[in-house]
Amino acid sequence: MEPFTTFTSRVVLLPMDNVDTDQIIPARFLKATDKLGLGANLFCDWRYDADGAPRSDFVLNRTEVQGAQVLLAGDNFGCGSSREHAPWALVGWGLRAVISTSFADIFRNNALKNGLLPIAVDAETHRRLLAQIEDNPAAEVTVNLEQQTLRLPDGSTATFPVDSFSKHCLLEGVDELGYMLQHSRQIAAYEARHGDMVRTK
Amino acid sequence: MNERPRVLFEKIWDAHIVSHDRGSPAVLYIDLHLVHEVTSPQAFSGLRDRGLKVRRPDKTIATVDHSIPTYDRSLPIMDAQAARQIVQLEENCAEFGIPLFTGSDDRQGIVHVIGPELGLTQPGMTIVCGDSHTATHGALGALAFGIGTSELEMVLATQCLLQNRPKTAEVRIDGRLGPGVAPKDIILALIAQIGVGGGTGHVLEYTGSAIRSLSMEGRMTVCNMSIEGGARAGMVAPDETTFEYLSRRPFAPKGAAWDAALARWRALPSDEGAEYDMQVTLDAAALEPMITYGTNPGMGMPVTGRVPEPAQLADPVQRRSLEKALAYMGLNPGEALIGRPVDVVFIGSCTNGRISDLRSAAGVLKGRKVAEGVRVMVVPGSHQVKAQAEAERLHEVFREAGAEWREPGCSMCIAMNGDQLAPGQYAVSTSNRNFEGRQGPGGRTFLASPLTAAAAAVTGVVTDVRTLG
Repeated sequence: MEPFTTFTSRVVLLPMDNVDTDQIIPARFLKATDKLGLGANLFCDWRYDADGAPRSDFVLNRTEVQGAQVLLAGDNFGCGSSREHAPWALVGWGLRAVISTSFADIFRNNALKNGLLPIAVDAETHRRLLAQIEDNPAAEVTVNLEQQTLRLPDGSTATFPVDSFSKHCLLEGVDELGYMLQHSRQIAAYEARHGDMVRTK
Repeated sequence: MNERPRVLFEKIWDAHIVSHDRGSPAVLYIDLHLVHEVTSPQAFSGLRDRGLKVRRPDKTIATVDHSIPTYDRSLPIMDAQAARQIVQLEENCAEFGIPLFTGSDDRQGIVHVIGPELGLTQPGMTIVCGDSHTATHGALGALAFGIGTSELEMVLATQCLLQNRPKTAEVRIDGRLGPGVAPKDIILALIAQIGVGGGTGHVLEYTGSAIRSLSMEGRMTVCNMSIEGGARAGMVAPDETTFEYLSRRPFAPKGAAWDAALARWRALPSDEGAEYDMQVTLDAAALEPMITYGTNPGMGMPVTGRVPEPAQLADPVQRRSLEKALAYMGLNPGEALIGRPVDVVFIGSCTNGRISDLRSAAGVLKGRKVAEGVRVMVVPGSHQVKAQAEAERLHEVFREAGAEWREPGCSMCIAMNGDQLAPGQYAVSTSNRNFEGRQGPGGRTFLASPLTAAAAAVTGVVTDVRTLG
């Protein structure tokens, strides 16, 4: 994973509550056995009509958001299915952060493991940012993970929470499995102490 | 020892902490890992890339459910991508030594149906699966939750997960369910009350007299949809119903091991005076059969109700979300759903694909005919459910009524296997999600209980099962 660095970007607006992972990447694309290539089908059924033509009224098809790295969505983003294909698709399209007032638990975990930063802000900050981008779709925000700050187009700054462990992993570009593998002695000791609840073979 | 009183969740959590470094999440030991074909391929590739083995294949079990067709298993799989995914699971399991129930194995079925029915799921265990409906297993007093593919790889490699401790919530449900009201209606009513994000960050423990009087299968239906309220896990403290259900199951402990397990399990229920971070109550006696009208499981109401009006919502984002949902569903604000024609009825899934669900549906369909122009699919949750239903001749009831009796799998709940709605079609479905396109692009889903679904099957319209007579 690439280390997560500070960046400035335009914002894709999707101000709807409860955007579920079935919308982010519909189940029919889950037959893929690879992580790559899902960005092409991000928000597929909102983005393309039944014949596969781009819908001009859907935000991802607008010229001004091409190359944007931040998505602003409504509350409880990423609810529903546990599919990690959702962050794979978001990252595949080019996104590095999603801003909302809250995130579904599994989505948040999956996002953090793929270099996609879930930024939870209060409702007032969310409302102000939405208004500023609606006023000027070319306006930019700056995401600084080190400082845990989000700078809005009007120059004001909001802070956001992130647990210190995930922050460390993102900033260093390391994944959690490496950390876990260092615990094999403790895991073996636990297994010796507790025995097995059930054996499948 | 005079210990601080703890709730069920805390007892299981505490017993599974391998280590906990300051500033890091806890290392949580996992007793059982359930694997299926859809969310696992990338995890096995990851292991291979790193040269890792599966640490405990003997605590892992795999089956095919999501993309397997529900037609005759002796026929080839027509969808080349689905076929490849299934073959890949077979190869991965063979390479890493993981037991696998293939499509023709008599233990195959939806992963959340077979865990409990085989006795793999037991009280006090930690259970994970790359599927958000893993909460189902919490019905037996286990801590069970869905994980993503990176976490899946971690569990394969280390039998552990890094987890921040969730908060706890008690969902207390007292009272007796009225006639025509099913366990599904309890959970749909709860989600309508707390919303699809209401349980975020929490593990729900369902308590109260209504939960105590439910069968194990009814409890599974309730726990199954905890995720639709935003909670990663739902649990019910084990009791005599649990122990009776588990005794004689193939993987349940036997003899002296059973007695020892029973003693452990009896110590699991929450202690007197233990506290939860949040409390919610629901009156079971006041519940009516429920149905959803919108595009998330929180958009539910009594079947006799009327679709809400976006104009009455003050918040613009909420208003837009409801308007969008109603436009997708082709419904008008303020309209009643009763009497609205349906095209398809789907009875099955990890929510309502067990024998008790099929019995309730058959009870309504017996001696009646499926309404003209309605397609009714009955998909048992597992081979064992199918065999039991056939032993009780329920399949004959379904077939005589004009319903399809199919092979086990997730089927039209996730519509990955060819079982799906056509654009614009309406379905009454016993599954768990009514998201846009969930049952096929452009398809429209009304979630309901097996009773309400069966009632729609015979009338051809959304129906209050209590009026069928």
